Amino acid sequence: MKGEAQWVQDMLRAFSMRKADLFLGSMALGIALLVLSFVDEALRGRAAVPGIERRAELVAALDLTDLALFTEARYTRHLTQADGHTGFQDHPLGLEHFPSGSLYAPPGILSETDELRPQTEIPD
Amino acid sequence: MSFVRKQKYLIDYTLSSLGRRPGKNLGLLLVYTLIVFMLASVMLFTHSLRTEAGLVLQESPEVILQRMVAGRHDLIPADYLDRIGRVRGVSEKYGRLWGYFYDPAVRANYTLMVPRDREIVPGGVVIGAGIARTRGLDEGDFLTFRSSAGEPVSFRVVGLLDHESELVSADLMLVNEATFREFFGIAEDYYTDIVLRVRNPREVRKVAEKLAVKLPDTRPILRDEILRTYDAIFGWRQGIVFVLLGGAILAFVIFAWDKASGLSAEERREIGILKAIGWETADVIRMKFWEGAIVSLAAFFLGYLLAYGHVFYLSAALFEPVLKGWAVLYPEFQPVPFVDGLQVATLFFFTVFPYTVATIVPIWQASITDPDTVMR
Repeated sequence: MKGEAQWVQDMLRAFSMRKADLFLGSMALGIALLVLSFVDEALRGRAAVPGIERRAELVAALDLTDLALFTEARYTRHLTQADGHTGFQDHPLGLEHFPSGSLYAPPGILSETDELRPQTEIPD
Repeated sequence: MSFVRKQKYLIDYTLSSLGRRPGKNLGLLLVYTLIVFMLASVMLFTHSLRTEAGLVLQESPEVILQRMVAGRHDLIPADYLDRIGRVRGVSEKYGRLWGYFYDPAVRANYTLMVPRDREIVPGGVVIGAGIARTRGLDEGDFLTFRSSAGEPVSFRVVGLLDHESELVSADLMLVNEATFREFFGIAEDYYTDIVLRVRNPREVRKVAEKLAVKLPDTRPILRDEILRTYDAIFGWRQGIVFVLLGGAILAFVIFAWDKASGLSAEERREIGILKAIGWETADVIRMKFWEGAIVSLAAFFLGYLLAYGHVFYLSAALFEPVLKGWAVLYPEFQPVPFVDGLQVATLFFFTVFPYTVATIVPIWQASITDPDTVMR
């Protein structure tokens, strides 16, 4: 009986918490959830390893080169396999018009210059 | 009075003060939370995708050799394999057959491919889970397309690729070599491109340089370049991420400017009264510090935690229409939780610190003036 009264008193005290305690409590809850999100990341990340390995095996078996994220155009489906003219489609004014083209810049492979892909220098 | 008790009293007062203008402050918290949510969602999603692409594409071919004709990718003759000859470091080389097919029935693009790891019966096809879902297909069903010669060709679905691998295989159709060549009208002695497997990663570049000299009409694509492309995809300087970031920063500047450009008459009066009843300048500044900290910390925690749930539990559902674009096939995948602690720390710093500072500055100006002047 006494314990029950104590419990009621505790509850009453809890509900009449000071605003500062309520705020600090919520912040503590926020921090706890943030820490929990990192724990969740670690656990689910570990659980996802076999799946990633299976995807990697498929990539190796089929010699895949790209993610199937954007299937709307050939140069967005295989970003890394596109040549420098795909953005123009079939003629010089056929400009890039697929929405996913606005999500990323052209892959570096098309703009980088090195010994593998020398550009013609303009003579003086 | 102990430091902690004093701060608690200040927080008490600040919360009561915020509660006197509930509409304004809740609206502020909502917009602020939304900005953090959007930024954190983009950050978590792109980091997860980049990490996964890096891990999965680690297994893609070391070198792919494409033939270029008039600046465009063209089929490569099989005798290029002989012309390459023996190159030191190359453990294996073979032609790859793949191409695209547009299915007018559902307006989707498929990637047709000839696998090397499995034998597929003539006329059979193994399809990706994305195609199976879009066309409502299962094993034993038939798919009929028009070949390049205009003839209808029926494929029998003999297998489905694992749903788990959709991120790399949603639109794949695996067929055998003879079927592929007949369907697209590709002669026996041509491939789409050539794959070279190089065991030692340090030799890859040298191999590519040799190929560029031996076959000047070809273009080597290295695995490093594939990985770099996906590492840079959705970088902050690119496309929609930049637009989002720009929008969020502008929104924040408006917030901060609104705060810093001056206080409302009501807030000035409040400060005047506080000073008149004996509050010190330092107390007023501390109180305002708590105001900035309460709003920005609440926005950070709410925004970040909601973003975490959105990306890793709801598969970033809000981004799907953006990523899908005009495509019909979109891989159903659950981003793997990979979180970069440094990114989270940066997000925390940029969402909490500037706002708190922007709240304190105008108050400092108001609180050093005479209470009588402020109250008038």
